[in-house]
Amino acid sequence: MIPELGQFALIVALCIALAQAVLPIAGAARGDVAWMNVARPAAQGQFVFIAIAFGCLAWSFVNNDFSVLNVVNNSNSSLPWYYRFAATWGSHEGSLLLWVLMLTGWMLAVTLFSRHLPLEMVSRILGVMALISVGFLLFMLLTSNPFERLLPAAADGRDLNPLLQDPGMVIHPPMLYMGYVGFSVAFSFAVAALLGGQLDATWARWSRPWTTMAWVFLTIGIALGSWWAYYELGWGGWWFWDPVENASFMPWLLGTALIHSLAVTEKRGGFKVWTVLLAITTFSLSLLGTFLVRSGVLTSVHAFATDPARGVFILGFLVLVIGASLTLFAWRAPRVGLGGRFDFVSRESALLANNLLLIVAAASVLLGTLYPLFLDALGLGKISVGPPYFDSVFVPLMAPAIFLMGVGPLAKWKRAELPDLAQRLKWAFAVALFTALLLPFTLGKWTPMIAFGLLLALWVAVSGVVNLRQRVAQLRADNGLGTGALLKGLPRGYYGMLLAHAGVAVFIAGVTMVKGYEVEKDVRMQAGDTVGVGAYTFRLDGFVQVPGPNYEATRGLVTVLKNGKPVRTMFPEKRMYHVQQMPMTEAAIDAGFTRDLYVSLGEPVGNDAWVVRIYHKPFVDWIWGGAFLMALGGVLAITDRRYRLARTIEREAAGAVSAVTA
Amino acid sequence: MRRFFLPLGIFLVLSVFLAAGLKLDPREVPSPLIDKPAPSFQLAQLQDSRKTLAPADLKGKVWIFNVWASWCVACLQEHPLLVELSRQNLVPIYGLNYKDGRDNALAWLHRHGNPYTLSAMDADGQVGIDYGVYGVPETYVIDKDGVIRFKQIGPVTPKVLEQKILPLVRKLQG
Repeated sequence: MIPELGQFALIVALCIALAQAVLPIAGAARGDVAWMNVARPAAQGQFVFIAIAFGCLAWSFVNNDFSVLNVVNNSNSSLPWYYRFAATWGSHEGSLLLWVLMLTGWMLAVTLFSRHLPLEMVSRILGVMALISVGFLLFMLLTSNPFERLLPAAADGRDLNPLLQDPGMVIHPPMLYMGYVGFSVAFSFAVAALLGGQLDATWARWSRPWTTMAWVFLTIGIALGSWWAYYELGWGGWWFWDPVENASFMPWLLGTALIHSLAVTEKRGGFKVWTVLLAITTFSLSLLGTFLVRSGVLTSVHAFATDPARGVFILGFLVLVIGASLTLFAWRAPRVGLGGRFDFVSRESALLANNLLLIVAAASVLLGTLYPLFLDALGLGKISVGPPYFDSVFVPLMAPAIFLMGVGPLAKWKRAELPDLAQRLKWAFAVALFTALLLPFTLGKWTPMIAFGLLLALWVAVSGVVNLRQRVAQLRADNGLGTGALLKGLPRGYYGMLLAHAGVAVFIAGVTMVKGYEVEKDVRMQAGDTVGVGAYTFRLDGFVQVPGPNYEATRGLVTVLKNGKPVRTMFPEKRMYHVQQMPMTEAAIDAGFTRDLYVSLGEPVGNDAWVVRIYHKPFVDWIWGGAFLMALGGVLAITDRRYRLARTIEREAAGAVSAVTA
Repeated sequence: MRRFFLPLGIFLVLSVFLAAGLKLDPREVPSPLIDKPAPSFQLAQLQDSRKTLAPADLKGKVWIFNVWASWCVACLQEHPLLVELSRQNLVPIYGLNYKDGRDNALAWLHRHGNPYTLSAMDADGQVGIDYGVYGVPETYVIDKDGVIRFKQIGPVTPKVLEQKILPLVRKLQG
């Protein structure tokens, strides 16, 4: 009964979405207020019904309804309840339902936070989002129904993939999808602006918080995925340039370009064509990513259903949405017009270079991801493209962008003087260079890569400090207030920028230190053996068998000694999940601010001996710490007073207007 | 003006490739042994361990080489086809019993039927490695000169048999 209710809710949502897709956009074109007013209630109604559908599926999972095919394939009665709940989105069908739930959630947010936008704009935005919703709902109902029944019901389920039975699994997809789907708002803003013919600084100011929010979620989602791979897969790696990872990284790169481009459009009315194109392509890459992981076109450790029939549907949907929006772009963009002129040395040009570098980086990742497909389709053989390509292409592209991260914020709009910039930054560069060259010697190893990485990280950090000092000094000269008051007076958007850039510095530092100084030992150990890694000694004390709710584990007891004294015990496990008969490594990680100790069990060899992998990873947590700081910077930027203030002003103005006309 | 159509153009070219990609199987890895001589071996026969089987013994005839095992679930899928094929006497089928135990293997053949003229016992899988076996069942078509002409990874389906294997066998037999 409940699954049928869920399916019915999906159908109702589809009908609402169809109305929401057609009427408001047509109404905006015709000036029909009644039709335009359909948008908000329709969006809210859609959310309600999708939430019902999602609730029905989640209920089926938590209550072990094995007459639902999806539950049979992805759950089991001995699975703990929180993983049964998470299994709702652990499959292709379920994750689509999560996608649509996120979409309607963002739609709801748009209805609530758009009072200051003109009705035509809101109608078009919600209309475009509804078109996307129609596509996904049709896809679900026609090819990937999560509520399909299995009759007669199975006695029990096939269990959730043990790789996914993990707290990270519970949170990573929702965060990621919030990001992917959030960019549909930026996309809809762009298409709405192209349809309406109004593309200006005001449009950019409205778009910015939404876009930044989506970017924040995507940043968190990707960071969580990386961290999860690190502690779950047992090899200590955190990024593999896997097609699915790339599918999330490309929208992130373009999204980063977009939030920077929006800054120029808002402040100077420039880069309008860039911004609109970036908004369209960022979401297009989100959709492309959806296609890649569900169509069987690429192999990946991560791929969902590899079903070409579904692939045909998504590809058709992709061509329709992206093709139509790019056609609209080609048609309307020439009329958009240019912004203010700017010099070769200016903040605009720095941001333009930033745009270009990020776009080229995203394109190179796309090329590497799709290259095997291109060659295969042309009959030129089967190859795979991996880290050697990506590492050698990506880093040289990002290095100039990171250099600009120090210069750009200090450069003036429209016209900056190069000698002036050089003067302000020369000490920052000198300090960064000096430290980067000498620090590796104190740490025990010097290579060009380590020095270069440290240089980039330090450059961003020190130039950020220079920026802040200069800003405060300038304000003091203008206002004569104390430093504390001045710091409080600086806009949150500014702090957001500093924090996010600091996050990048922390990230680069983490990557450089880990890649430069990590130590790995793979050794055969039995009870009593010790092995030294860095300043630590690891002693294997023995093994115990530990039963879990739906698995049986062999747990190693490892004591960590420093200078002969025990400082930690670590418990790596090798689990065998009963239902899927799949062995899983649960690495033991002792996380610290300056290093991780990582112990995982390999394979048993001979009598009571196991291959044990021990890593010392310095500063590895700075990788995800840096990403978290980036996200936090984004959140700060969104809460900037001028967005709230602008809304208050417009609300009051709207109120005054309606009072006059009443 | 025309440059604004560039993104659309690039996307459409990309879609053509993606559409083509839907028909391809990225997991399919063509064997490097096609048109190369079948690696030689001399293994004990399954039925009579005192006798041996080697590809050299089979020079002068076209034969099918099927890698199978009693523990292999997918082999059960193709087995009825092989049994039927062996009854038609079109081409001899020789088996490579891969990483298996003699008793289990014999019991399995007794239960499901024996399409093999002879089966060779590859208990430790070394010959399998030489032949590039990575997923049982696998089937090879080997010609009169002992050269591998075709490899099927995974169970032989009626379609593969009708459209690929049998026409090739007929062609090789002359």
